Amino acid sequence: MKARVTLPATILLSSVLFTACGNQAPTNTTAAPATTEATTTESTTATPSTESTTASTADFKNETEQYRTYAIGEIDSFVTETEKFTAAVKAGKLKEAQALYAPARMHYERIEPIAEALGNLDPDIDARAGDVDDKDWRGFHKIEQALWEKKTTDGMSEYADRLLQDAQLLRAKVETVDIDASMLVVGAVELLNEVSSSKITGEEERYSHTDLYDFVANVEGAEKIYDILKPRLAEKDADLEKQIGERFEALNKELAPFATKDGGYVTYDKLTKEDIRTLSQNLDALAEPLSQMGTILGV
Amino acid sequence: MSKKNSSEDQPKSTSVPSEVDSTSSTEVSNEPQTGVFKKPVSRRDMLRLAGASGVGLLLGSSGALGIMKATGLTKQPASDTPGSAENVTTGITHGGDQHSFYGTHQAGIVTPSQNFMCFASFDVTLNDAAGLRRLFQAWTKASASLMAGELLDGQNENPNLPPADTGEAAGLSSSNLTITFGAGPALFDHRFGLSGKRPANFKDLPAFNGDNLQSEWCGGDLAVQICADDMQVAFHAMRNLIRIARGSAVLRWSQEGFQRSSAADPNQATPRNLMGFKDGTANPSVKDNSMMNEVVWVQPQDGAGWMTNGSYMVVRRIRMRIEVWDRSSLADQENTFGRERVSGAPLGSHNEFDRGDMEAKDTSGKPVIPMNAHMRVARGDGTMQILRRPYSYSSGMDKVTGQLDAGLFFISYQRSIEKQFIPMQQRLAQIDALNEYIQHIGSAVFACFPGVQQGGYIGDQLV
Repeated sequence: MKARVTLPATILLSSVLFTACGNQAPTNTTAAPATTEATTTESTTATPSTESTTASTADFKNETEQYRTYAIGEIDSFVTETEKFTAAVKAGKLKEAQALYAPARMHYERIEPIAEALGNLDPDIDARAGDVDDKDWRGFHKIEQALWEKKTTDGMSEYADRLLQDAQLLRAKVETVDIDASMLVVGAVELLNEVSSSKITGEEERYSHTDLYDFVANVEGAEKIYDILKPRLAEKDADLEKQIGERFEALNKELAPFATKDGGYVTYDKLTKEDIRTLSQNLDALAEPLSQMGTILGV
Repeated sequence: MSKKNSSEDQPKSTSVPSEVDSTSSTEVSNEPQTGVFKKPVSRRDMLRLAGASGVGLLLGSSGALGIMKATGLTKQPASDTPGSAENVTTGITHGGDQHSFYGTHQAGIVTPSQNFMCFASFDVTLNDAAGLRRLFQAWTKASASLMAGELLDGQNENPNLPPADTGEAAGLSSSNLTITFGAGPALFDHRFGLSGKRPANFKDLPAFNGDNLQSEWCGGDLAVQICADDMQVAFHAMRNLIRIARGSAVLRWSQEGFQRSSAADPNQATPRNLMGFKDGTANPSVKDNSMMNEVVWVQPQDGAGWMTNGSYMVVRRIRMRIEVWDRSSLADQENTFGRERVSGAPLGSHNEFDRGDMEAKDTSGKPVIPMNAHMRVARGDGTMQILRRPYSYSSGMDKVTGQLDAGLFFISYQRSIEKQFIPMQQRLAQIDALNEYIQHIGSAVFACFPGVQQGGYIGDQLV
């Protein structure tokens, strides 16, 4: 996912530059405040008609502002928790670092579409081995490998520093993200797609097996978007709104038994094949109607 | 399918041509209006026609459409074509590659076997009858569109939404697509208030000798058998039905199947299974309506009135021990089936459809057709028949042994599983020589609903 998203973001960045020069890039004609980030959402939808996107962006000001507040709140927490985590890594406190790892990441996973809109930051923070060239590999999963596979913090000090810097950079850049309604609609589905493609398979956290933290956070991030758009959706398609609500409930119910007493989640290797299949099917059942939220944007 | 059929007198259902070659036999069709000019026209036909008119590819699409209109060749569902009388039993519309979803019986049962199959078994995740009804209604609507070769209804143009139709069958012909639905015994538990409607003796099969059933290939609340002459068309149908079911039913297991295609065998001889033997020679003729009423279709006096005109389906995933079979001698192989490999004739006879002499002895006094030969044991005393509609399957490699995971996806239809299938399988399980080379690893039974009338939905007699 990460590597794939990086590419369009980069392309779009250059197309923004083109727009500035000569306005040849048709995908950017919408974007009066055309930042890279706003156009990135367009790359993930099926070329929305220019007029309607512009109109809906304005119509959804209240919703997008609510989401911005939420996203900034999460990123603030993300920076704070990452600071604690990286401090533990640097201090050589293995157990403490292990304990802080997954909860810190949850703040990031909740708002991942935003992070993915920010060019190279997502791979810098969240790439897994093989997503990027070995020499460029840094971020959470690099440290994860050391903490769980090698059972050490040795050599991680530098990576810890860079991770914190990247987190802080994310915080600074998020202010510039132009969030529009189609970004929300697409982002909600993207969060669940993230779960489908890497969390449900246990690939994301291959050393720590803390995939369920990410899973839950992605779902929470999608649910937040749904909550924000809910009144508009109820207006446009009450049945769809109800269906999505019920399926969030069903998925959350399915996830509940995997919560641990300390507020965390069991490791991925505790899940049976049947657990994984049921979770995956509940997720698909939710993602399908969720992908219909675009109805609120009109044609 | 045209009435004209060279194999009409031959009792084999899986081998009947589903479409008459338009260059030869359509002229002698009994249906005056169902010749080549009433066939739905594919894009390729259209180009060929344009070429034949000397206009060729210079024509724009509107020009080509003009030709089609002028010659009455615009594509429309065969069911709307005047004079496209349906064979009551088979539900086959004449002169096209389309079957109607609506009719007395579901299509896909006595319909001549298409080239490919996708089978899907579902667990229903709802627990109310209203939800089940909604699923049936949505599936019905989609199936009627799919079989008519139309895009699924819904938003297919809105840039902000995923298209309602997944699109991979766009522009393809309907390829004789049939979609056949059934309900498993599990559907008749407490969830939907259907326990009182479960037909008597409709339950999972008893354990047979030698069964090695694996739960991942067994059972299901609902099943759909999808067959078409094009795999992409079949897969498209399965995928969209699964998609429509999301939140109502989940896939429990699925299997794809194949047989020799109609292109590979224009003569439509009896298909061979993966052991190289003809499979389906002894099937009753699907064109004999009274025979089908006797063997396949549930009759009013059979009980469970909602099943009248439906049929009971047995599904067995039968893995072949391919590697073992491949190193057994020809004599051993032929004795196992009781038939010659090349001709399909019973041992001691010359022609595939010869009845076979069960009394014949060789010079040493042993039966020519061994007592445990598959065909002899399957036939029994000859009083009970079933309609077999099997496909071969290949699911790649068994990861444990490195051997092929391939075999027969056995499907049969019958009025009564208890009276027809079970006694036959009990005999086979005990002494069939073939058991040395096969293993039953999957099993399911489904009550396939009667056909749906326009405006109705599958299972509308049930929920």
